[in-house]
Parts: sequence; C-alpha cells; structure tokens
Amino acid sequence: MPRKATTDVKIKDTKALDKRLDEATKKLEEKFSGKDGKRHIVICGGTGCLSSNSQLIHDELLKEIKAHKLEDKVTVNLVGCFGFCSQGPFVKIYPEDTLYHGVKPEDAKRIIEEDLIGNKIVEDLLYVDPATKKRVTRQDDINFYKKQVRIALYGCGTINPEDIDEALGYDGMKAFRRALTMKPQEVIDEIGKAGLRGRGGAGFPTGRKWQFALDQKSDVKYVVCNGDEGDPGAFMDRSILEGNPVAVIEGMMIAGYAIGATQGYFYIRAEYPIACHRVETALKELRQCGLLGKNILNSGFDFDIGIRYGAGAFVCGEETALLNSIEGKRGMPRPKPPFPAVKGLWGKPTIINNVETLANVPYILREGWEKFAKIGTEKSKGTKVFALGGKVKNVGLVEVPMGTTLRTLIYDIGGGIQNDKMFQAIQTGGPSGGCLTIDELDVPIDYDSLVAHGSMMGSGGAIVMDEDNCMVDVAKFYMQFICDESCGKCSQCRIGTKRLLEIMDKITSGRATLSDIDKLHELAQSIQVGALCGLGQTAANPIISTLEKFHDVYIRHIVDKKCDAGICKDLISYHIDPEKCKKCSLCARSCPVNAISGVVGKEAFKIDQTKCIKCGTCVAGCKFGAIYKE
Amino acid sequence: MKLRKEAIDIVIDICDRYKDEPSPLMLILSDVQKEYGYIPLEVQEIISAKTGIPVSDIYGVVTFYNFFSLEPKGKYVIGVCIGTACYVKGGQNIIDKFGEMLKIKPGQTTEDGLFSLDDLRCLGACGIAPAVSINGKVYPKVTLAQVPQIIQEYREKSKEE
Repeated sequence: MPRKATTDVKIKDTKALDKRLDEATKKLEEKFSGKDGKRHIVICGGTGCLSSNSQLIHDELLKEIKAHKLEDKVTVNLVGCFGFCSQGPFVKIYPEDTLYHGVKPEDAKRIIEEDLIGNKIVEDLLYVDPATKKRVTRQDDINFYKKQVRIALYGCGTINPEDIDEALGYDGMKAFRRALTMKPQEVIDEIGKAGLRGRGGAGFPTGRKWQFALDQKSDVKYVVCNGDEGDPGAFMDRSILEGNPVAVIEGMMIAGYAIGATQGYFYIRAEYPIACHRVETALKELRQCGLLGKNILNSGFDFDIGIRYGAGAFVCGEETALLNSIEGKRGMPRPKPPFPAVKGLWGKPTIINNVETLANVPYILREGWEKFAKIGTEKSKGTKVFALGGKVKNVGLVEVPMGTTLRTLIYDIGGGIQNDKMFQAIQTGGPSGGCLTIDELDVPIDYDSLVAHGSMMGSGGAIVMDEDNCMVDVAKFYMQFICDESCGKCSQCRIGTKRLLEIMDKITSGRATLSDIDKLHELAQSIQVGALCGLGQTAANPIISTLEKFHDVYIRHIVDKKCDAGICKDLISYHIDPEKCKKCSLCARSCPVNAISGVVGKEAFKIDQTKCIKCGTCVAGCKFGAIYKE
Repeated sequence: MKLRKEAIDIVIDICDRYKDEPSPLMLILSDVQKEYGYIPLEVQEIISAKTGIPVSDIYGVVTFYNFFSLEPKGKYVIGVCIGTACYVKGGQNIIDKFGEMLKIKPGQTTEDGLFSLDDLRCLGACGIAPAVSINGKVYPKVTLAQVPQIIQEYREKSKEE
C-alpha cells in the first residue's frame, strides 16, 4: 500500500531539509525495526525478478493481506534489485529480516498465512547453503553477500525506489546538504583525495575531470550522467537506476554544484524501460519538494535535470558520441582534444560521469574521503560492482572492494562453476576487454592489474566461461558485436573490424591457414593505432587476448580443423553409435532436414553428413545417448 | 504514400511537445517510433517542416540508430537477447529457432505483419539468461522447446484482440 505522499510539501531551506530528513529517517528505522508495530514485505522489482513474475507476487500478497484484513498491520512494496538474480524472485519480511528466494505467485498465500499470521517461517522458501546444506534465514548470512561491501549499490533492494521519503530516510541528500556548506573547490578536493576513478571504462580520476570543468570560465556548464550501459553482460547501472535513482541524482547535483553547472542530463538506454520510469519518477518528486529547480534550499544554487534516451547504439557509451546523440545527431565520436570538460554539450564545458561513479559520490561526501580511501588498493580506491554472469553458479550483481581476487569473485561469491564443470576463462571489460585464465585467478581486481593482464575493468561485466565454451567462438562473438556497432566514422574500425570478423569466420569454419594468425595481429595493431575513439582502439582486444592465452585452441581450429568444445558448427559432426542405437527412429523423426535414415527395429540409424545442418536436435531427441559429437 | 490526417496530427503533436527543448530531434523520433510505429520519409518531411532540420539530417539519424525503423514493425516485436551472458548460454540458438519457425531473419517482419524479429544487445537481465523480450515483456531462461509455445501464445492472443 503506498503511503500518503508528502512531496507536495516544499523543502525551502536547509533547516526544513534537516527536519524532513530526520522524519524520514525515523520512519524508515521504525519500518525496519518494527517499532511502528507493523510488518513490512518487500519484493525484488529489478528487471530479472519482474520477468519472473515479481509484480504478480506483489499483487497476490496484497490480495491475501486484504482477504485477511491485515491492511493496517502489513505493508507490501517493490524494491530495487537484490543482486542475487539467479535465485530470484526474492521476498523479504521486516522487522525479522527473513529472506525468501525463488518465490512463486502461488506461495503468497503461505507466506501470509504461515509467516505473517502464524509467525512461522516458511522453511522450504529459505535459501539453502550448498556447502552446509543448512537453511539460511537472513540475507547477510548468505555466502554470496558476506564478502560484499555495498557503496554504489547502497539502498538497492532495501528502499522503495518510487517513494522519495524512503530515499531521504536512507541517507539521501545528506551529502548534498554537506556540499552546500563547502566551497566548490573543497568538494572537488574531497573527491580527488578519496581517489575515486571513473567506473565506466578507462578509470579516469573523477576529481581531475571535475577540476578541468571548474577551471573553465563559462556562463553555462553541463553535467551528464552516462547511463548508456552498452557492454553486453553488464547491468549494474541499470540496477542502480532501478534501485536507488535518488543517489545518482544526488551525485549529479553535487557535481553540478562543484563545477558550477545549472543543468544536468541523464542519457539512459531505451532498453531499460523500468530504470527510465524510476528516474523520471524520482526527478518529478524531487522537483515537487524543491530539491531540484531554482534556488534550491534558498542557497542560490539552481539545478535541474532532463532525460534523454538512447536508441540502441553501443557507440553512444563513448562520451563524445553520447554528446552528439543528445544534440540530435548521429552518435559518432568527436576528436579529442578539445575534451568535453572544455568544449562539450552544445560547445559548453561538460562533465560526463558514469552511473556507478556518480552513485559513489554521495558516500564520499557523507562519510568523508578518508573512509572511502581506506577501501581498495593503492591506486584503485573504493569498490567495484561486477555483473557476474555466464557459467557461474551464483549469477548476479556483486560489489566488492577493489583488490579482491578473481578466485574470491568466482568461487567464494559466485559459488563456482555451474554443474561443477571446469573453469576456462573470465571475460572482463566486455567487447573492449580481454579474458583471464585459470592461471590468473589470483590476480587482484583493480584497474591497473587487469590492464597488466591484457584485459581491463571496463564497466564491470564479468562473464565466466567453462570448458564447453569455445574461446575462438567467443572472440568471434565480440568481433561480430563490434562490427555491427562500429559507427563507421574511421576506416580502421569500419573496415578493419569487418576484415577481422571475416578471418575469424574462416578460422571457425575450417578455411583458415596459419598466415591468418599473422594477419589478425597486423590488423589488430593498425586498428589500435588508427581508430579515433576508445571503442575503436580497443575493438580488437578480445582477439588479441584470446590469441595470446588460447593460442593452441586457434591452432587446433586452423591446423586440425577441430573445435574441441563442439561449438563451431562447421568443425563438428554428429554420429550415431550403432552399438547403442535401439533403432527406434526418434532421431529421424526429430531431424528438421530428414538427414537421418534407417529401418525401425531392423537397421541402426545413420546421419547423412551432406544433409546434416548440425542443429543438435537429434541429440536431445535420443533417449539412449547413442548420438555423439565429434 | 499519402499520410492520413490523423497520422500527420500525431507527428505534429509530438513535435510541439518538445518545442522548448534544445536539440529535440532524438526526443521527437523516439516518440514517433513509439506512437506511430515507424518513421517513413513522409513523416520525416513533416518533422523537417516543423523543426527546420533538413530531411537529410533526419534521415541520417533515423538510419543510424537501431531503434528507429523505416519500415513498419510487426504487431509483436520479438527481441532475443544476444548479449554475452545470453550468448554463452545459447541465445544464438534461440534466435535461430525463432527465425526458422517464423521464416524471417533478424530485422525482418513476417508477411502477415504479426511478428518482427530483432537481435538485442543485452537487456541487462543476465541473471535469467537466455532472455527474450516481446513488446516489453521479458521471458526468463528460455529453452528451445519454449519457442513454438511462445509463438503460439501470441498467435492466439492476436486472435482474441
């Protein structure tokens, strides 16, 4: 049940803000501690869980609450992403802090009747620790969460992202409140001393970026939040925007105050409709209560924020391409210098920060730079959110201190490889990054170590590959992606990536010779040197990295024409073991191209290799395991 | 092709919505795509007349971004995620299966105008890979066996509407 909105009450000065923050904090504390005499149910409303019916679970719970006339005693609302996506949808009950996982709409009745009314935990909905086989009641006791430190994801999965009072009650706007008591230079110094570096890709020091913009003399300056999370496999920015949009807005307000900007823009991918909606809602509420607009808190500081949506172009994650897109142009990068801090949006000084970077800003100003700088390594401070995906058991969002090893990430937090297969590699940095192998599991994750190992931090996608993935095919996948997404401005990237893809195609279809490896090296180098923007310069990285670390796999494809993982279709063939064949004809009937023939009950079935399209349907169709891949 | 008056009104209305915004083209095109379904040349000419932006520039922008389309899309737009997390879990096989069953390639629309097929670059729903999004509804952990069921579900839905 939505509480009565108080957003129509304007917060006119810092005194009024303090009062409002105190009230909101108290209310939220009462909610979590149960002092308000009620119980509160929250449900994960991130994209992953919503697609697994969490809205329906919400509605069913509400229905049960009404049926049992509990409206005055129990509330229910959706919150942002819990992060543990593979175990969703999650339902949490305060004040007991009971966490239910994998909840289905039909479980709503039991949760209300057994737990809310009967005060008995619904045991079979609890998470079971795979190691100890014990049921875990509380979120903090789950291994997945134990080694995490939540700074950027602060409030995600806890507060109602569509209720401004919950954001304010959860430390929202405290940092902005403090910033207003400081000089802009002092704010920038604080960010600089904290050692915050950009979380979107290259890791440029945020304080220095802001300093450039502050030093520019201009009547108009802009703050842009880059929410064009293009790295396929990364979704931390989406989750932050869905889970606690006010934190990111607060980061932008602080940035605006620090550099002297009065206007900010969000640039959000159109693929993220829920994030877009929640940011819109938060902006509207903040405007209503006077925290955005003219003369905020009577301080003389004007700041407002508009939203622009991406339209499905990966290159727009590059900051200058993003600016062109906001300006209504084709999203092609501009040459640098001039840097956006000097000449950015509509020719005015502009800072562009990634969502996660901005989400770190309130923490630094609220808790002080010293506390932030204590976390992490010497040159990489704070935490990093990773979207742990692929063949790992615990898929989800993970925020760990910089310097955590890949082993901790994959095995302690990620729970190891699915179906206990062999770990092969982890790709970080998305299409601009590279892969790390089993020998590199103890590499600490920070900006510089990853670069030293031929990859990069990027935006934090971390895709785990097991023995069943073909690394040549993965490199080809990234090449296909870059080739499709190249904006076409520079010939090195436009033509070079196409040629690289063609060579990769030759390799995966058994038409390559060893000289193609030299060509890959040569082409990769000229793209690196010749392309204009960061995306072009790093376009060949997945190939360079796999060539170095999986050289023998390339050789096997080229010389022996074999794909041991059985992924590259042209290099595999399906066969039926006549010993195991029960002559039942199931395979022949499942074959879409009639490539299998035999006589039922009399003659073992055979696959005609000239007709076979290698779709694998017959393997799934055979109940006796008689069909094998070679 | 001559546009119906209502169509012209929609486009003019959208242009007016953003008349106070600096550089409103992307905002206008997003709304036209959403509300009119596609952005043919005739529509681009109206936008040009209203905003003063040359048609050549508008055409350049429309053809640059994946979300803008010169052709009408199907009633149901099936977007199959082939972001990395979905790809390593078989997203490619899912889109191939949709293509095979609907007899279209990604980017195309079925003759009856019912389905369009798109390859999506990461929905950010990697926890439930492979994911498929149909008119905004996300299907988690889609298997090959589910593909015909999903198509059938929408064929029936279309008959009801």
